Amino acid sequence: MFGLSFDQLLDIALTAFETIAILLAVVIAAALLIWVERRLLGVWQDRYGPNRVGPFGILQVAADMIKIFFKEDWIPPFADKTVFVIAPAIIMFTTLMAFAVVPFTETIGVVDLNIGLLFILAMSSLGVYSVILAGWSSDNKYALLGGMRTAAQMISYEVFMGLSLLGVVLLAGSFDMRVIVESQAGMWNIIPQFPAFVIFLIAGCAEIHRAPFDLPEAEQELTAGYHTEYSGMKFGMFFVGEYLGIVLISCLITVLFFGGWLGPILPGFVWFALKAGFFVCFFVLLRAATVRPRYDQLMSFGWKILLPIALVNVAITGAVVVAMA
Amino acid sequence: MLNAAQTAWNATSSVLRTIGMTFMHTFRKRDTILYPEEQPYLPPRYRGRIVLTRDPDGAERCVACNLCSVACPVDCISVVKTEDETGRWYPETFRINFSRCIYCGYCEEACPTYAIQLTPDFEMGEFDRQNMVYEKSDLLISGVGKRPGYNFYRVAGMAVGGKDKGEAVNEAEPIDVKTLLP
Repeated sequence: MFGLSFDQLLDIALTAFETIAILLAVVIAAALLIWVERRLLGVWQDRYGPNRVGPFGILQVAADMIKIFFKEDWIPPFADKTVFVIAPAIIMFTTLMAFAVVPFTETIGVVDLNIGLLFILAMSSLGVYSVILAGWSSDNKYALLGGMRTAAQMISYEVFMGLSLLGVVLLAGSFDMRVIVESQAGMWNIIPQFPAFVIFLIAGCAEIHRAPFDLPEAEQELTAGYHTEYSGMKFGMFFVGEYLGIVLISCLITVLFFGGWLGPILPGFVWFALKAGFFVCFFVLLRAATVRPRYDQLMSFGWKILLPIALVNVAITGAVVVAMA
Repeated sequence: MLNAAQTAWNATSSVLRTIGMTFMHTFRKRDTILYPEEQPYLPPRYRGRIVLTRDPDGAERCVACNLCSVACPVDCISVVKTEDETGRWYPETFRINFSRCIYCGYCEEACPTYAIQLTPDFEMGEFDRQNMVYEKSDLLISGVGKRPGYNFYRVAGMAVGGKDKGEAVNEAEPIDVKTLLP
């Protein structure tokens, strides 16, 4: 077939199977996160959270999905219809694409790009389009304000996100995620790159506009921000997209700073899941504990504090790497 | 410079402390009561389902004076009066529309005979709104409710059911207004 040998066909089939499996696993994990977040928020607010549907309430996700599918999928008559429909698909697309270069274990992982980290940064940049197009096409002042805020916030925090990762790249000598993980066999990057880790945690939180950096959807002043006009499954896609973002940032922190699948005794995948799961829970804890900054505070914090720290970190790391070489 | 460092330290430690304190809530007791399995405590004066009580002799306390109906801010009580052969008043019908009732307890305050009382019970859900209208037979209970031993006609200075004026508990003999003797 197409002049391919049996081995090549088998290889293609296996890759396709792996891709679909990772895709499903990631989307299911993101959907389950809806339940995990509600339960954890309950724990930290001295209540239980959803615990009725199925064991420990885990089927709450299924119930929510059924509900959201049967909801009216309404497009406002004043909206720009094409863009309105495309916008929620973009955030799902870019976030899921970013998972392509994440190495889950020594063997699992869709593709090993030698510019893997750049690819992820590019994909998260493209994610801005989803939010700003959603805000624009809704033709609603709240949605537009939310979209504008998102554009400013995401573009600003991408700078520090990229700069904080440069230290990791300098240490590993490669943009390839798999090489970065393997370079941490002796010592996890969290120790030599602690400032970078803190900046990446904050910038990642802002990048997926999670609380405390959820200014684009600040309920108190913008109703629901950029997805004010969205309903039904289109809203569901923004919703799941946000949780996909949490999973992605948690996976990235694991890979870049906590040695990915590396760890004693337990198999690699378990280590990866444990580390990523810890950071997912940490993001929920951040939401439960912290307050949202004002817009100007967010901007000045980024440009006046995070940027200098990130630059100094890159300079020192570069000097050390040169001196050691 | 020192000031800025102090501010930065304060801000960072405050955020970290908040996160830590929130995390410690993991080990606190839950405030939620898992309702159907676990019943909440309702105090004895809880204002719930309305009942009509009886006096210690087992007769109805309600005298159909309509004060509850007048006091009701949402007009959900409807009473029709009747009399028995001794001249005692009774409610012929006593109807409460619980889909209107706001459980304010004004009817209980207005009642001169302690007949109408609110009880600690709120489980009155119905699928059909019409079933929320309670008739006298639904409201009447066989007990004395919150006022044991109280019988209105035993203390009231009214001639009814073979009891004449001056025969009530703690009641003085009636004064003959037509005589000048002390």
